[in-house]
Amino acid sequence: MSAASTSPVIERGTTTSRIAAIAVAVIIALLAIAPQFLSAGAVDRMTALFIYVILAAMWNALAGFGGLVSVGQQVFFGLGAYFAIRLADAGLNPFASLFVSAVIVGLVSWPLSLFMLRLRNGEFAIGMWVIAALTHLLVNLDRLVQGETGTSLISLNVYDAGTRRAVIYWLALASMTALLAILFGLLRGSTGAAIRAIRDNEDAAASVGVRVTGTKRLLFVLAAFGIGIAGALWLATSITFQPKTYFNVQWTAYMIFMVLVGGIGTFEGAILGALVFFLIETWFGGTGVWYLVGLGATAVLFSLFLPRGLWGTVEERFGLRLLPVGYRVRLPGNAPADEGTAPSLERTTLDQEKA
Amino acid sequence: MSNQIIQGILLGGYYALIACGLSFMFSVMRIINLAHGSLAVFAAFALWWLASRFHISPFLGLLIVLPLMAAIGWALQRFLLERSARGGALLPILTTFGLAIVIDNMLFEQFGADTRSLAPYIGSLSYDSWEWPGSIYVGKLAVIMFATAVILLGGLQLFLTRTRLGRSIRATSEDPDTAGLVGVDARRANAIAAAIAMVTVGLAGAFLGMRATFDPYAGAPQLLFAFEAAVIGGAGSLWGTLIGGIVLALAQTLGAQVHPQGFLIGGHAVFLVVLFVRLSTSGLGLRGLLRLPSRSAP
Repeated sequence: MSAASTSPVIERGTTTSRIAAIAVAVIIALLAIAPQFLSAGAVDRMTALFIYVILAAMWNALAGFGGLVSVGQQVFFGLGAYFAIRLADAGLNPFASLFVSAVIVGLVSWPLSLFMLRLRNGEFAIGMWVIAALTHLLVNLDRLVQGETGTSLISLNVYDAGTRRAVIYWLALASMTALLAILFGLLRGSTGAAIRAIRDNEDAAASVGVRVTGTKRLLFVLAAFGIGIAGALWLATSITFQPKTYFNVQWTAYMIFMVLVGGIGTFEGAILGALVFFLIETWFGGTGVWYLVGLGATAVLFSLFLPRGLWGTVEERFGLRLLPVGYRVRLPGNAPADEGTAPSLERTTLDQEKA
Repeated sequence: MSNQIIQGILLGGYYALIACGLSFMFSVMRIINLAHGSLAVFAAFALWWLASRFHISPFLGLLIVLPLMAAIGWALQRFLLERSARGGALLPILTTFGLAIVIDNMLFEQFGADTRSLAPYIGSLSYDSWEWPGSIYVGKLAVIMFATAVILLGGLQLFLTRTRLGRSIRATSEDPDTAGLVGVDARRANAIAAAIAMVTVGLAGAFLGMRATFDPYAGAPQLLFAFEAAVIGGAGSLWGTLIGGIVLALAQTLGAQVHPQGFLIGGHAVFLVVLFVRLSTSGLGLRGLLRLPSRSAP
């Protein structure tokens, strides 16, 4: 037996992941041409799904990778919509204002992060909620918004309904793809190693020279920017802006549900969670209050009994990795001496790697 | 103006009442219970249901509701928090947040969207007042509320420092493992602490219902008030919580003077200012911000 066959192999891409990468490209291409074939209602629903994926991925970036659980992320959702209203009112093209708005949200989140990231765990969580509540009240003071009465993105009405629907669909698809790509790139790069080190043990990461605060800040700003886009896109689909709807803590509840069910801290999990949420909403959304009770109860049950979510559990059990952001060590399976240790060792590596 | 200041101070008693359970649980179990406000609203609805259905006065109703809240606290700790705390510091946030959503929407399902109040069931107490020198009128209910807060905080302080059980709870909050070595049952201490915290939540819910109106989704603002009062009050002693509540209430009163919608803005703003000052002076983050009297041994 040669030395090469007994030494462990360090791999990132696998056959599965290469097939998955091709599948992703095909799916995105299919989604891009889908409005040609789908009904108007279906296009709107798909747009909503893209927005959910953005929300889930961004909350997951913050909580799953940065270890920052916030229950105030609705502040960025609301601000994304509010700044878009303001910019459009100032005469900017409504579609352009959606993105300029998200950039402003990202800029606003920077000074906020200097302050909020010094809070820990639960204090950060509720602290963000206070920020959201205060921002909601301040936005209400704006004459343009007219308090809880709200206002509309009227300048969007110059486009006819068909064009508007298709353009918003493509913008949502492009935003989702771009944000997921940014996150994926971030997690695969050198920052990704830092992010996973922080997620697994913050103090240990700091002790080996990982820039903990800087990395967390990056995730905080990225999440704010992404959720800002989501809020602006939601405004574009619904036209009306009522502060109460946008600054509602329910948005964060949805994000938490999607990420918990899909698999916190896994790249694919957030996407899976958004899909699950989308289906549940489609089937049970009409049942009103019981639907919300069910969401809350499911979140509690997952946090208690399946804290790694659906994807985390699948990944752990089958070693499946569709969009690998980490590396893993594969020990040669045919070496007799390793037979007993290899599987367990592989499992520990998986545990350490998780992403 | 002095009238408003006195009203503000008395309102601070309510905030101290709702805050003390939150900071008590945090100091013992290191868990911020996001269902805190929702549970207070639940208690208010329970009292309202007893009063409107069976004509039981809310004060008598407390004899039923407070033991119920204690049982809920015990069960909460045993079946939810204990398990989820094993998964790290972040998981209990998610668990209790999910619980809050369940409670809020169940209350909505059961009682509808109408705002309720316990005021009609407590007779003239809801509007009776004493006249103080300088033609200042103070509501009897507000004074009772403030006195309850003072008694409760003092009682908790005595309990924590003077009784065996209180000492074992404090020992658990300092270091559960070491406490276990010297014969303290940490699980039991935590469950009792959660039960005590929920009794204070029940009392807070009762006063919420008597002094104002509430609806199924009133839990979130109560949680924020509790958190703000606890953080403003800061570390050290339970009396800090009372001061925190008073500062919060005064800021809200002042905010309301400045702008019709300034009541809530004033409260949130003073919270952020205190937080900012504390963070920039301590440099240690919030590790010690919500701690209770751990080292103030007799």
